[in-house]
Amino acid sequence: MELTGAEITIRCLQEEGVEYVFGYPGGAVLFIYDELFKQEQVKHVLVRHEQAAVHAADGYARSTDKVGVALVTSGPGVTNAVTGIATAYMDSIPMVVISGQVPTSYIGEDAFQEVDTVGITRPCVKHNFLVKDVRDIASTMKKAFYLAKSGRPGPVLVDIPKDVSQQKAEYSYPATVNIRSYNPQTHGDIGQIKRAAQLLLEAKRPMVYAGGGVVLSDASKQLTELVRLLGVPCTNTLMGLGGYPADDKQFVGMLGMHGTYEANLGMQNCDVLLAVGARFDDRVIGNVGHFNSVPRKIIHIDIDPASISKRVKVDVPIVGDVAHVLADLLSVLNSSKQKPDAAALKDWWKQIEEWRSANSLAYKNSSEVIKPQYVIEQLHRLTHGDAFVTSDVGQHQMWAAQYYKFNHPRRWINSGGLGTMGFGLPAAMGVQLAHPGATVACVTGEGSIQMNIQELSTCKQYQLPIKIIALNNRYLGMVRQWQEFFHGNRYSHSYMDALPDFVKLAEAYGHVGILVEKPSDVEGALKEAFARKDDLVFLDFRTDMTENVYPMVPGGKGLSEVILAEDL
Amino acid sequence: MRHIISLLMENEAGALSRVAGLFSARGYNIESLNVAPTEDPTMSRMTIVTSGSDEVIEQINKQLNKLVDVVSVMDLNDGDHIERELMLVKVHAMGEAREELKRIADIFRGRIIDVSDKTYTIELTGSGSKLDSFLQAIDHSLILETVRTGASGIGRGDRILKL
Ligand SMILES: Cc1cc2nc3c(=O)[nH]c(=O)nc-3n(C[C@H](O)[C@H](O)[C@H](O)COP(=O)(O)OP(=O)(O)OC[C@H]3O[C@@H](n4cnc5c(N)ncnc54)[C@H](O)[C@@H]3O)c2cc1C
Ligand SMILES: Cc1ncc(C[n+]2csc(CCOP(=O)(O)OP(=O)(O)O)c2C)c(N)n1
Ligand SMILES: [Mg+2]
Repeated sequence: MELTGAEITIRCLQEEGVEYVFGYPGGAVLFIYDELFKQEQVKHVLVRHEQAAVHAADGYARSTDKVGVALVTSGPGVTNAVTGIATAYMDSIPMVVISGQVPTSYIGEDAFQEVDTVGITRPCVKHNFLVKDVRDIASTMKKAFYLAKSGRPGPVLVDIPKDVSQQKAEYSYPATVNIRSYNPQTHGDIGQIKRAAQLLLEAKRPMVYAGGGVVLSDASKQLTELVRLLGVPCTNTLMGLGGYPADDKQFVGMLGMHGTYEANLGMQNCDVLLAVGARFDDRVIGNVGHFNSVPRKIIHIDIDPASISKRVKVDVPIVGDVAHVLADLLSVLNSSKQKPDAAALKDWWKQIEEWRSANSLAYKNSSEVIKPQYVIEQLHRLTHGDAFVTSDVGQHQMWAAQYYKFNHPRRWINSGGLGTMGFGLPAAMGVQLAHPGATVACVTGEGSIQMNIQELSTCKQYQLPIKIIALNNRYLGMVRQWQEFFHGNRYSHSYMDALPDFVKLAEAYGHVGILVEKPSDVEGALKEAFARKDDLVFLDFRTDMTENVYPMVPGGKGLSEVILAEDL
Repeated sequence: MRHIISLLMENEAGALSRVAGLFSARGYNIESLNVAPTEDPTMSRMTIVTSGSDEVIEQINKQLNKLVDVVSVMDLNDGDHIERELMLVKVHAMGEAREELKRIADIFRGRIIDVSDKTYTIELTGSGSKLDSFLQAIDHSLILETVRTGASGIGRGDRILKL
């Protein structure tokens, strides 16, 4: 039977088992919206801004292992979506974005709401397609989902001109997909895996550095088993948090710019480093020259060959999916007669414990003013470390990462690579829809929340009982901190003046708002918020205005050149 | 170092801009780039001349491979290869210079492919440096136009770039 392009598009989403589409309508997608209207299987969530649609799809994907889907119209719909797409791209999040385009015969004529969507999005998608023939929609959609999810995941955009969505073609969804130019490698080379095992067994000061790839690969079980078997310290990147249980004694915390002292010194001083699904980001290893000044052997497991030896030369590259490679590595280790060097490990742990005793995350609590760290600690305690926590970007993000101890993957949802303010609330919507009964907290700042505050309306419409934990320091705190440290206390435009009354604002959108000004009220306010199971509660915590995030490795410095809280 | 990279890619709209976009986004050099369909019309072959440290060249190869439209990549510098470039030069050819230009073109095995009473158009193939030498050998003030394709390359013997 012949179906229209729009019908085919929706059928494809149904075939892929898509539960939610986050979107915003417009002229170029009217036929697609018409088809959405006529069915019930795929539910559409109407956001208030296209950026939020993409972030919501992103949050949905990060908190599940599914592909997030967004739908936007041509022109401004697409340009609004670009920030969301780039955010997903930088963090390798599987996503399909469908965009409407002007009719094929108008393309190139500067038609109403025409932009070169494929051109604009090219640098921030894994791949994109412009579908010019209705007969190609089904196969393109199949490819899009396959590309988004396989190999190194990422956003894929499908641009559909309006006339193509209206024309008819015979429909059948392809059962299989084959792209001759695309064959991601999932299994690692066994010879390399054996070399890695040997290096790890002989190591005197081994260290595991695990990143977002572990989460994306759903490999935390294998990682945990490996780290325990080897008896080595394990650190996570910001993107890897939850990939290894934070309350395990072998966990040394997050590393990098705002990582713990023990994680950074361990990273710097280890003799064998096993990097698992992590990409040696500049916020992680700081100054490359400084990092390379200490000799160490590096084993790097990554599904993307281009991630390997990009910034740091590695000795044993292993291209493959973390879950498979770790399983193979475990079986090599388990069948080896050799055991890790217990004496050397004992000395190494002694050293690590010494670093750990610096207690680099300690902070001075106050009975006068609310300390942001204290709020996160209480959030962690009262949610039993079991909430989904989304975050915006800034100091509050770092405090959430440092003080909310994630024991499970896919619970910590934040924009690491692009660092997109405005991510937290819409991402929380996607998370809450994916996990209806779960506790979802959005840790944010008074700056970031205003970048997508309009989504409070979407939350009302779909009854999403998100708990907004605003650490309101009246500053673009992260910017202020850099200005304090590196720009002679000149707080150029980092002050948040004329803030709205967030309690009233929440109420205006039909939600509950609570203002919290005293440390002694923090616990009670959080309890009250979490007791309101069905309400979105906006908690406006007036926190210490000038608190800084410690430890801090300044940009361009080496991992051991760290500023600790007591240094100042 | 200078590298000559060959690649096969899907002959699809936009494929070229993905490659060009990659080079500009990541700050890689392009000395020359040429592309045309192969005997299999679904595929195009591209030759890119670039330069960079070993690490940069390694990244270029990996990033090219990562593009979904790119079918296969070969760094011709990894083995023996042949390199050719085509140049068309239109020169002012009057009086004594007319004879002289013909003579030099012959020495470089060039062919005169278009003649007017004032001009010659000379076709020349060879390595880039041979074409450079030709341009140096003739009187610079006589050159009206030059068009160069940039290098095309192919591996020697059994070195074959295939699907
Ligand atoms: C204000 C701010 C401060 C920050 N401070 C820090 C900090 O102190 N510490 C820190 O760590 N980060 C920090 N970041 C985040 C930082 O910018 C990077 O986003 C982050 O470090 C990258 O994490 P990652 O290396 O785990 O890589 P990701 O971006 O998570 O990349 C994952 C890697 O795994 C690979 N991969 C994906 N799937 C698989 C698979 N199935 N199998 C194998 N490999 C796979 C990918 O190819 C990629 O190389 C900060 C960000 C912001 C905004
Ligand atoms: C869209 C966007 N614009 C600018 C920045 C730069 N930036 C990083 S952190 C920050 C301040 C965030 O302020 P707030 O949300 O109040 O968080 P705080 O640091 O105070 O906790 C800014 C402006 C960014 N990351 N994203
Ligand atoms: Mg702030």
